[in-house]
Amino acid sequence: MHELSVTESVLEIACKHAQEAQAVRVTDIHLVIGRLSSIVDDSIQFYWNLISKDTLCEDARLHFTRTPAKLVCLDCQHQYQLVDELTPCPNCSSARIRVLSGDEFHLESIEIERE
Amino acid sequence: MTEKRITIVEKIMDANDRLASENQRRLDLENIFAINLMASPGAGKTSFILATINALLDQQVKIGVIEGDTAPVTIDADKIIAAGMPAVQVNTGGECHLDAVMVENALDQLPLETLDLIIVENVGNLICPAAFNLGTHSNVLISSVPEGDDKPYKYPNIYRGLDVLIINKIDLLPYVDFDMDYFRQGVEMLNPGLVTFALSCKTGEGLDNWLTWLKAKLL
Repeated sequence: MHELSVTESVLEIACKHAQEAQAVRVTDIHLVIGRLSSIVDDSIQFYWNLISKDTLCEDARLHFTRTPAKLVCLDCQHQYQLVDELTPCPNCSSARIRVLSGDEFHLESIEIERE
Repeated sequence: MTEKRITIVEKIMDANDRLASENQRRLDLENIFAINLMASPGAGKTSFILATINALLDQQVKIGVIEGDTAPVTIDADKIIAAGMPAVQVNTGGECHLDAVMVENALDQLPLETLDLIIVENVGNLICPAAFNLGTHSNVLISSVPEGDDKPYKYPNIYRGLDVLIINKIDLLPYVDFDMDYFRQGVEMLNPGLVTFALSCKTGEGLDNWLTWLKAKLL
């Protein structure tokens, strides 16, 4: 989808925190992406290599952690994980379900070097 | 040389979300209700806006429209202006969605103090607009009958964040294989109890229910 603007955001956040920590270089960046976030890792990596040049984050490695999507049935309260596509509650077949998690998309941590 | 791991936990969309809150604050100050109208290309977004404008013309409701398109065209904005309401065309320069910055700039160009309602027509797309808050009060999606009944299953994210669903072009139901029960079951799994209006902008059937909902929001 719009991985360029998303990657720019990642760079901005990482550089801001690196500067605050007086880093000379960022070596690793850890991203957490929920199963329901329509973000493509390869595409972020592609833009990253282009836009991180000449910044504190140049050559930093990107690490992606995918978190599963959890659902809850509003009728029987049964909780289950999304496997492929959305399915009714496996316990009572109700279609009244709500997504509990899986939307996450955040920068969890960075690893830096200092003088 | 020392090495260190710094925990951050910052949402990637945080900058956009903050601007969106600022947009909403601005709209609230002017007492404007704002809608983020999303749909795939050709679902009838502009027709729906025009039908809404025409139906509310004699009720003194002043509507501003922000038209998002990926190309530098003013086709949609021209139609709104011809209908007698202020419109701003936003060219996203190829981007697949509107974001909070674009809406902020568009708000600068509208006569906010005179408006009761702003409809933001997002770029025709069922994926990206769902990820960007604009600062509007209601997310409305138009799904039209000819698109097929499997859209909730194929584009789940956009349905999950909705406040209102419009099923447009119901006058075509006799000519298209569209299983309303299957469609609605998909929607129900993503957004239980979602406010839904089935209508036709062409025949006007069902528009009244939508207008009743909208007018209640403008009080």
